[in-house]
Amino acid sequence: MSKKRRFKGGEIPTSSMADIAFLLLIFFLVTTTIDIDKGLGIILPAEGEELEIKKTNILNCLINSQGNVLLGGDPIALKDVNKEIRRRLAENNKLIISVKAHEKTKYGDYVSLIDQLKRANATRISIADAE
Amino acid sequence: MKLDRKVNINSDIPTASMPDIIFMLLIFFMVTTVLREYSGLDIELPKAKRIQKLKSKRHTAHIWLSKQGQISIEDKLIRSENIRHIMYSKRAADPQLTVSIKADKSARMGLVSDIHTELRKADALMLNYSSKTSIE
Repeated sequence: MSKKRRFKGGEIPTSSMADIAFLLLIFFLVTTTIDIDKGLGIILPAEGEELEIKKTNILNCLINSQGNVLLGGDPIALKDVNKEIRRRLAENNKLIISVKAHEKTKYGDYVSLIDQLKRANATRISIADAE
Repeated sequence: MKLDRKVNINSDIPTASMPDIIFMLLIFFMVTTVLREYSGLDIELPKAKRIQKLKSKRHTAHIWLSKQGQISIEDKLIRSENIRHIMYSKRAADPQLTVSIKADKSARMGLVSDIHTELRKADALMLNYSSKTSIE
């Protein structure tokens, strides 16, 4: 009784390997969430770096707790800030806009104000401490 | 004269290395995607128009500020006086660090101002006010 069977080499089928790998690839592509962080960039001044600036080059921009804006002493609607700053920058390109917010100002109002300044292409924005 | 030569070119695309190529792609995507590390606080971001993308996720640290005035870094609630220590070590480890402030739109400026002061103390000066794109 001969029960000797010859083993004819076991091979893993590789023809479907590509499909499996594709499936894995697509699974990972779909499940990874790409949430890019977006926002308004700003650079803070270094600690102890306080410069003396000519009064004529400073434009004070105040925002109170109700979200009302005072630009250089005159009240102004938030959506008009953009135009006004543009006009003032055209007059004096060394202008520094100093933003001062009340302690109780909503962050959302403050961000829209900064956004208005950014849209007016104001690069010199200074942030004063909340009072 | 017989010009009737049979052209016999093997026109199959070799598929033997296909799995290797796909696996390489898979590994590439797995390595390059950064998964969200921290869940943060429940906030509603403010909206803005002139926004810019953050350069790299690897060089970003987040500070969360909720409506109620809670401050969180890396899912730990902290007090505003402790921001400087955390940010200082982060900043020392990565000089290109940008701090992204994820604050609720109705958070109070007093706290944001405190964060500014702390960040200045920690010498982490690159800041980003995280916001959504406003559609108008």
